[in-house]
Parts: sequence; C-alpha cells; structure tokens
Amino acid sequence: ALAERSNLAGVRHILLVLSGKGGVGKSTLSTELALALRSAGKRVGILDVDLCGPSIPRMLRVQDSAVHQCDSGWVPVFVGQDKAIALMSIGFLLERPDDAVVWRGPKKNALIKQFVTDVAWGDLDFLIVDTPPGTSDEHISTVEALRPHQLLGAVLVTTPQ
Amino acid sequence: ELRARLRAVRHTVLVLSGKGGVGKSTFSALLAHGLAADETKQVALLDIDICGPSIPKMMGLEGEQVHQSGSGWSPVYVEENLGVMSVGFLLSSPDDAVIWRGPKKNGLIKQFLRDVDWGEVDYLIVDTPPGTSDEHLSIVQYLSATHIDGAVIVTTPQEVSLQDVRKEINFCRKVKLPIIGVVENMSGFVCPKCKNESQIFPPTTGGAEKMCQNLSVSLLGKVPLDPQIGKSCDRGQSFLAEAPESPATLSYRNIIQRIQEYCEQHHLQEEKIM
Repeated sequence: ALAERSNLAGVRHILLVLSGKGGVGKSTLSTELALALRSAGKRVGILDVDLCGPSIPRMLRVQDSAVHQCDSGWVPVFVGQDKAIALMSIGFLLERPDDAVVWRGPKKNALIKQFVTDVAWGDLDFLIVDTPPGTSDEHISTVEALRPHQLLGAVLVTTPQ
Repeated sequence: ELRARLRAVRHTVLVLSGKGGVGKSTFSALLAHGLAADETKQVALLDIDICGPSIPKMMGLEGEQVHQSGSGWSPVYVEENLGVMSVGFLLSSPDDAVIWRGPKKNGLIKQFLRDVDWGEVDYLIVDTPPGTSDEHLSIVQYLSATHIDGAVIVTTPQEVSLQDVRKEINFCRKVKLPIIGVVENMSGFVCPKCKNESQIFPPTTGGAEKMCQNLSVSLLGKVPLDPQIGKSCDRGQSFLAEAPESPATLSYRNIIQRIQEYCEQHHLQEEKIM
C-alpha cells in the first residue's frame, strides 16, 4: 500500500512551549511568538494541547470558530490579520465555550494523538505547540506522538518567584 | 477504609480553579493558617497537585520527609494543630519531576486519603492542580466516602482566567459539588508610595463579580496584589502573620471567616436533619 504522507511532513520546525507552573504566560508567549514569526514572513501553525483550559482561540479572537474535515483530516482554523496562521485547539470542538472537558488521561491522550497526526497542517516553517501546566498525560502524549518528527526544542516559561 | 479514615473529618473544603497561577495554593495555605489560628481547631492541608506541589515550600516545610507509623503515614506538622501532606515530601530532590499519567496520580491520591493518619480533623483543606481532569475527578470520587462542604474557586480578574473558571464551575455542577464561592485574586494593586490603585489584570469582561452574578455563585471577596504575598510564599511564612496591616490580609481574613460561617451553618443544618 502507498504510504500516506504524514500531516507533519511539510512542517520544518516544531517548537514546544512548556512550563510546569500554570499562569506564567505560556499561551500568551505562544501567541506572540506565532504572530512575530508570521510578521517575519514565516508560515506558522499553533497546536493548543491544553484540553482543560484552551486559551489560544480567545487570544486570537476565534473562540466562536468551528473546524471542518477534509480528505487528509481536520482543517485548522486560519487566524491572524491575514488569516495565515493555522490553529487547532479543543476550544473549537466544544459545543459551548463554558463546557468543561472533564476527561481522564486515556481520553485526553487519544485526542492529542489525533491533533498531532490528523490535522492537515500543510507546509509550515514553524509549528508552535502550547501545553498546559504540569508534566503529565498531555506532555507525555504530545512528545510521544511528535517523536517520529524532528522537534526543534522546547521554550520554557516562568515568572521570577 | 477511606470511610473509616475520613470519619473523623468534620469539614472538607476543596480549593479549585481551572486556571493555573491564580493563587490556589497561596489561598489554601493561608486558609489553613487562618483556621489554625484557633488553637482548638485541628486543621489538615492536603496537596494533591502531583506535578507541581507548591504547598511544602509555602508552608516552610521543604526538605521534610513523611514518616510511617503503625497507624499509617504521619502528616508533617507546621503547628501542633496544622498538619500537611504533599507529594513534595516524597521526592528525594525538590527538582525531581513527577512524570506520571492519570492512573498513577489517582493511586497516590487514594493513598493520601487512605493511609495518612490525620487523626481528628475539624477542617480538611484540599489544594488541587489547575484543570478538570484525573485529580479532580478522583478527589471528588474518593471523598464521596465523607462529606465535602464545598469548593472555593479561585480566579484573577481577566477574561482568559474567567474562561477557565466558568468551566470549573460547570465541573462542580456536573459532579454535584456545592460551590462555597469565588475568590478574585490579584484584584488591583495599590502603590505603597503614591497610594494610586492600578489594575494589573484589568477585568475586561467585568471580572469575577460579573461572572458570579451571571452564574449565581457567591463572590467571597477580592484580594489585591501585594508583592509581600509572593515573598512570604517563597520564604514559607504566613503572609497573614508577616503583613497583618495589608489590605490583602484584611480581604483574606474576611474571606476565611465567610468560609468558616458557611461550613458551620451547613453543619447545623445537617444536625437538624439528622
């Protein structure tokens, strides 16, 4: 059988934004980094794997958007002034924005795997992965799912205290 | 076994958020100190943030280890009437990362409830990590063996926080956990020199007050930003004791009192029913 082209095959650099601590500005930094890279003419995508507290859609003013399917998987939502930043977040899959995603690890892991392999990212220079606080299911699953691809590295965010 | 252990706990309060970094652990620590100021009350502080346990440092207990006795694990005591338990005490080094999936975290939380010998407790305060996941589901499930008075939900004024907090409120409703009320932290900053007030985290959508109105939950209080709070936390000291004159201390004390009143009231109601 013909090997399917991986949805991440066209992504040059994958960057993880991590912390451990919550509320230090991971999502804010991910957003600003994406906007700055876009400004510099790069093709950028953001993958928001914070399933319980997805902040990126609101930060890019697309909290009311929905996602669609295509042949190669899910089509990301295009955001930013020129609608050129590709974004995927669980925020787009909720029926109502206040719906709590009350899932245990295994269910979270399944969705993260889908987000990594089933989103039609196309050709990107940078894919920025925003993570929730901690060192648990989301982090382990994201790194595992991204392992076959080249991870540029992680940026760690903190505050002074 | 859980039921037997928790039988001697009179009141249980969960401190939740949904959003990280809003001051859950800070609040839990101060609630514990505040309640333990009454030496006749026995207070227990349980930290179920397995990945990022902040309580040991905030309570000045870094480096402490847990001892086993015939009756189970011994909590680490800050005062005679204030005992603490956290995964932080089980690590060989404070920088060790606990990289566990859900089921293993659930297992430890169960152990904390089943194997720790708290003794007779007037108030059990449970500090939680951000989110609505394994830890939160498990603690509600395991504590169904006893009675949870309710949850205190912590937020900051900005919409990005409130967004997550509304989810947490919905989580509480979903699992039938009563909500004692919401605390809005980092609510304004008063410059100690010029006394001008600034909104560091502007409540662009009306802050916790508007959210509470919309969702019919109680706003327990607003606590202003005071750099001394962070310092006291870093040094493991009680901010309430170190800065008794701060407006933030006054806010915290009022909130703690309201929580106490809520717990006592419910206790009376229950006794009437029985």
